Amino acid sequence: MLSIDCPHCGPRDENEFRYGGQAGIAYRPETGDEEWAAYLFTRDNPRGWFHERWFHTHGCRTWFTVHRHTVTHEIRKAP
Amino acid sequence: MTHPDFLWHTPDPKPAYDVVIVGGGGHGLATAYYLAKNHGITNVAVLEKGWLAGGNMARNTTIIRSNYLWDESAALYEHSLRLWEGLGDDLDYDLRFSQRGVLNLAHNQHDVREGRRRVNANRLNGVDAEWLDPDEVKRFCPIVNVSDRARHPVLGATLQRRGGIAKHDHVAWALARKADAYGVDLLQNTEVTGFEITKGRGTAVRTSRGRVAAGTIALAAAGHTSVLAAKAGIRLPLQSHPLQALVSELLEPVLDCVVMSNAVHVYVSQADKGELVMGAGVDAYNSYGQRGAFHVVEAQMAAALELFPIFARARVLRTWAGIVDVTPDASPIIGRTPVENLFINAGWGTGGFKATPGSGWVYAHTLAHGTPHPLAEPFALDRFRTGALIDEHGAAAVAH
Amino acid sequence: MTRLPAGGLIDRAVRVPYTFDGRPLYGHPGDTLASALLAAGVRVVGHSVELGRPRGIFSAGSEEPNALVKAGPEPMVAATTVELYAGLQAWSLRGKGRLDDEPDPLRRDKGHLHCDVLVIGGGPAGLAAALAAGEAGARVVLVDEQPRLGGDLLNSRVLLDGAPGLGWADAVGDRLAALPEVRVLSRTTATGYYDHNYVVAVERRPGGERLWHLRARRVVLATGAHERSLAFPGNDRPGVMLASAARAYVNRYGVAPGRRAVVFTCADSGYEAVRDLRDAGVEIAAVADPREPGGHLVTGTTSDARGLLTGVHLGDRHVEADLLAVCGGWNPAVHLFSQSQGRVRFDEELQAFVPHLSAQAERSAGACRGWYGTSEAIADGFAAGSEAAQLAGHLPEPGAARRAVLRVPVCDEPASRPPAVLWTAGLDGASAESAFADLHRDVTVADLARAAGTGMRSVEHVKRYTTAGTGADQGKTSGAVVVGVMAALLGSAPGQVGSTTFRPPYTPVAFATLAGRDRGALSDPVRVTAMHGRHVADGAVFEDVGQWKRPRYFPRGGETMEQAVLRECAAARTDVAAMDASTLGKIDIGGADAGEFLDRIYTNLFSTLAVGSCRYGLMCTADGMVFDDGVTTRLAGDRYLMTTTTGNAAAVLDWLEEWRQTEWPELDVRFTSVTDHWATVAVVGPRARRVVRALAPSLPGLPFMTYVEADVLGVRGRVFRISFSGELAYELNVPWWYGEALWAAVLELGAVPYGTEAMHVLRAEKGFAIVGQETDGTVTPQDLGMSWIVAKRKPDFVGKRSHSRPDTTRPGRKRLVGLLPEDPAAVVEEGAQLVAGPVDGSPASVPMLGHVTSGYTSAALGRTFGLAMVRDVSAGDRVTAVGGGGAVPMTVVEPVFYDPGNARRDGDPVEEVDTGDVGVARAQSPAGAFAGRFEEADSPGVRLREVPFLTMWEVRGEDPGQGLRLGPDWWLVVGEGAHGRGWVEVSGQRTVLEVSGPQAREILLTGCPIDLHPAVFTGHAATLLAKAPVILERTGDDVYRIYVRSSFAAYLAEWLLDAVDGLPPKSGHSAP
Repeated sequence: MLSIDCPHCGPRDENEFRYGGQAGIAYRPETGDEEWAAYLFTRDNPRGWFHERWFHTHGCRTWFTVHRHTVTHEIRKAP
Repeated sequence: MTHPDFLWHTPDPKPAYDVVIVGGGGHGLATAYYLAKNHGITNVAVLEKGWLAGGNMARNTTIIRSNYLWDESAALYEHSLRLWEGLGDDLDYDLRFSQRGVLNLAHNQHDVREGRRRVNANRLNGVDAEWLDPDEVKRFCPIVNVSDRARHPVLGATLQRRGGIAKHDHVAWALARKADAYGVDLLQNTEVTGFEITKGRGTAVRTSRGRVAAGTIALAAAGHTSVLAAKAGIRLPLQSHPLQALVSELLEPVLDCVVMSNAVHVYVSQADKGELVMGAGVDAYNSYGQRGAFHVVEAQMAAALELFPIFARARVLRTWAGIVDVTPDASPIIGRTPVENLFINAGWGTGGFKATPGSGWVYAHTLAHGTPHPLAEPFALDRFRTGALIDEHGAAAVAH
Repeated sequence: MTRLPAGGLIDRAVRVPYTFDGRPLYGHPGDTLASALLAAGVRVVGHSVELGRPRGIFSAGSEEPNALVKAGPEPMVAATTVELYAGLQAWSLRGKGRLDDEPDPLRRDKGHLHCDVLVIGGGPAGLAAALAAGEAGARVVLVDEQPRLGGDLLNSRVLLDGAPGLGWADAVGDRLAALPEVRVLSRTTATGYYDHNYVVAVERRPGGERLWHLRARRVVLATGAHERSLAFPGNDRPGVMLASAARAYVNRYGVAPGRRAVVFTCADSGYEAVRDLRDAGVEIAAVADPREPGGHLVTGTTSDARGLLTGVHLGDRHVEADLLAVCGGWNPAVHLFSQSQGRVRFDEELQAFVPHLSAQAERSAGACRGWYGTSEAIADGFAAGSEAAQLAGHLPEPGAARRAVLRVPVCDEPASRPPAVLWTAGLDGASAESAFADLHRDVTVADLARAAGTGMRSVEHVKRYTTAGTGADQGKTSGAVVVGVMAALLGSAPGQVGSTTFRPPYTPVAFATLAGRDRGALSDPVRVTAMHGRHVADGAVFEDVGQWKRPRYFPRGGETMEQAVLRECAAARTDVAAMDASTLGKIDIGGADAGEFLDRIYTNLFSTLAVGSCRYGLMCTADGMVFDDGVTTRLAGDRYLMTTTTGNAAAVLDWLEEWRQTEWPELDVRFTSVTDHWATVAVVGPRARRVVRALAPSLPGLPFMTYVEADVLGVRGRVFRISFSGELAYELNVPWWYGEALWAAVLELGAVPYGTEAMHVLRAEKGFAIVGQETDGTVTPQDLGMSWIVAKRKPDFVGKRSHSRPDTTRPGRKRLVGLLPEDPAAVVEEGAQLVAGPVDGSPASVPMLGHVTSGYTSAALGRTFGLAMVRDVSAGDRVTAVGGGGAVPMTVVEPVFYDPGNARRDGDPVEEVDTGDVGVARAQSPAGAFAGRFEEADSPGVRLREVPFLTMWEVRGEDPGQGLRLGPDWWLVVGEGAHGRGWVEVSGQRTVLEVSGPQAREILLTGCPIDLHPAVFTGHAATLLAKAPVILERTGDDVYRIYVRSSFAAYLAEWLLDAVDGLPPKSGHSAP
């Protein structure tokens, strides 16, 4: 059970949140099939530090970005 | 259980191979075996960064079935199941393959509709499948709670009698033994650090034990595929997640079939030694940590006890997690990549074990001919560009 | 009998009767089952799982690999961990547990605690750490596996400051009990150490178990060490036991484990066993210490016909003995450290793996890092505790007082020499006896050699090949031996071979303990509408839709479902019928850009919708597939009300928030769920107008697809003229409190109640698709034949781009069609697969064109019909539906079966009928039905009550300057009085359950994960309680208000009553 530091509510247990995958994926519909498929389906999947989105479903209902290590699960505030 | 006296050698890498398979798990070993057996290609290396079959092959719940919804999936998994049915003899090894039947429970009208839909599709695809009403479920698996007062009552189930389980380690060792006997080099503790690509063509693999030239490079690294592909400059629609499983202490026999409930994330069978083997749902976040969150196991146990009250006092002996590589449509990716001579077999998600022989078979064919095996064609990477997905998520599918 | 006349921590004055394999025996308070069996002279307690060899008691702790018994209903437990109790019936096993069907008598629940310093282990190091941290003012939780603090001091006769060591432990225990911020959990085993300093522990309580979830700023591991055995021929005989165990049985339990003993030791601790056994009157026949010049090794054992130990071979010398106490050295218990992802290293001097690099905010102290001496462990504990407190922000005041409290006592232990490097003995082949590495799984040294012979080099392979280390003790007694033997076999060092991974749990945990109270009705919240009680009374048959219970049909007399549904449909088509539609998601959407936002989310236009009008909308995921649908109404220029499908309500609200917050933050738009606030009744049928008029006399004539605010049953409500059946239909909305009264009045006026099944038939007759039934995530609006709803001229909407991808534009996609079986009575089976043309014989391997998504018998059509998603067919084509019922020939038709011209929409012309006075709605609160049970549960410790009928508003955007702030721009305002513009009334959305009394916090911490310490939780929080999302507010020292969604109120009320029920009769101390 990760402890995720919500910018509004402070540290809360992981099961109060919904995972949102890689952060910073821009929505650009005016593009070719290749790029559009990448937007729909392709995300980074690094072994290491990862900028990812979480949504505090059962708390303040805020989307925010955290910087988490995908091996140690260590979390630090996104720079 | 008497194992063979000898399994495999521990050779040093040669400077060059016709085919270099990256990943010494079940799929990698099966690919090496069928490359040698079906295509006479034996100048092959299997590179494993740790110990053979120490990844998901050692961590799964060993469920085998082929009752997938879509024609393409059913064909691929049924091909695999038919191979399973002869695999023990083929490999001359007791794989503890037991076709004890796999139940997929339905808990609401939507499950029932999708379950029946899958049964009917399976039959027309030549896959054995039956629909059981709650009484028939009770007769087939007497310890399942089919009370209509249950929070999530059992409204019926699909049954594939030819489905079952096998002993994962035996499968891996049997494949490794045969591949080794054919002359395949099984290189453990050999980590891939990069690829040499000249004019868009993969020519060699750099490893922790030196450079290895390769006529063909074949990725078979499951959860680690994205990391490897990135070393070759390839970005894939894969996300790696923990998938947890657990075993109980040894128990006298209580369960003689496989029971799965996708709705409440319970997958359980009893191994021949007596331990209950259970799978949980996939953890939400990306991870390479080979460990999951505790609350996933708690939820899984609560759900399991609603289905199997008799398990209340059984005790969890050991929990663990594998790293599963999940695609957007919950179907695998098999075939070419943007890099010539570098092939991919990945994205099996939570369902890779059952596909082990079939995956190895079609991947070996694809590597040997340089073109996808007919059964693999629909699973090409390009489907994400066109949108021709093979979406096995819909409640119709149970990934495990 | 081998019970000693005196000594030990047992009460000889009291006899505790029990049976073993049916034989009546007795022990004393303070005994474990194992010590009682030894005292009773029971040497064989079970047989081994593979070879069926007799086995005796090997250890005195939770690492026991042999003495696995069925104890009462427990399928398999270590006799060394069972505190003896009167009436215990225990049976020997053959290494496998036996499950039985008896209901589980134990109460299993959970608890959440937060602390500055968590200390795991109540031995010398752990006690010292807890004391140092506690004295520094830190919030401390100390968990210890034993019923009494002291750890190894319970088993040893070590002197501290010249007095028995246990005295020191008792004194520290007393001091800890006096520190208000320290909570000691005895009989509690830390079983798992997870990410972010999250530790799980199982507390054995009177009548049950509690699974603690502990979140700590710092963790001090003081888990001690396990003594290891050696592999020599016949090392599994009953009578062979760990030297530390022999010592424990003599000193702690007053039991002599034998009459004549050989002690085989590689470490100095073995000599404590020699001394203590001798002092207890056990004859010491020999001491074998490989470190002594010419020191002997045990090379084998002899046994009698029953397999019991009769003697020991020391090289060519044979010594008679019924006890062989073995000490192969010690292994620090690094299990939890390793679970925390810390890295271990092999210590050459200790010949054991010790903690090396920490991965989390923890440190090890005492024996679990190889500091075995009592006083060095205490000193290490003091240091670890002080450091942990400091790092958690508690600076201990320096000075004499603290130095006095933290003084390290003088210990009488001699300095110890390094252990012998020895893993096996007597394996020169002289003995034919097996030498066991893993006792539970019957793995021998020969098995390990065989594994090495196959070419295996990894200890993980060997473990799997032989099963060594996978037994009940998870390698606690075997791991080191396996590694040592493998190192010898492979000609490498143990450090190179490495250990296998330590995985949770540290000791086995019952499934039921992991499930806790999430059983039966509480296993998953049941959400119900305001009308649920009446539905139950009316004998409705329910179906699960998500967490909701929805009436599927309302059988009368002995009606089957088909009969009931036909009747319900007929009423809707020919008279008037009513459905509880409250479960549909309702989202209040406000803001200047609300229309623009909806244009981007829906496939069709909403910014152009006239105020007071309703429009059906369809939304897609980004990949163009149908995601949800529903009717959205424009309430005002800057305000809409969106309805969603029941199952998708939460997902859609999250979806809207995601796009607003992450893609279009510039848009002024806000979302408020009002699903529970409004109770909704659909009144359907040609005579619907009469019913509605009677309920809302002031209602003006309402054109199709419009809405108006009106008094309904004298309550301010909303009336929508929308139809999902093609008939004249109204949806009446009143706040939750009045839902039951409205439903009763509607039925009173003659409306026939109908359920989801009839609703499905009615919409199918009109060819309306249902998301999740006709669609499965692979269907576009165009596939549904709904291109008319996909705006061509809009610049964009979510999913638009995907509708021009190669696969979504290709010909031959499946599309929605209607089906009429050639036999009008033939069942149209949902899920049946469609193949082309008529089929004779077996249709196997005929290509499938699609499948039946809906199939019903229609009262209006007087026949069966269906809907399907199918490719390559057009109206008039013949297809065959292949399903469980065989092959049924059908004709493809356009999917509108009933009233294609929509002539029925306006119903019968109004006839003025005096329907009499239907009165004014009576309010009913969501937990009103629980008032009586709350009162019964009243106790001095805790009081439950509902605080009903509060007026509440949700405010988004600018700060109202009052109320509870729930998010960056989100407030809940409670109370009457003026409200601001844009505030959304949500009085019916939630109710308030109040928990008060000295035990209130103990109740909440069994289901609430946040830190409820009074110094920390002073205000309010939106969080989870059990499985319900709540707003928790602390309104007084011991008073908590729980704002819970009305549909969850019954679930949470039941959960709270169950929690009160589980309180210990005497109010225990409260949490730190």
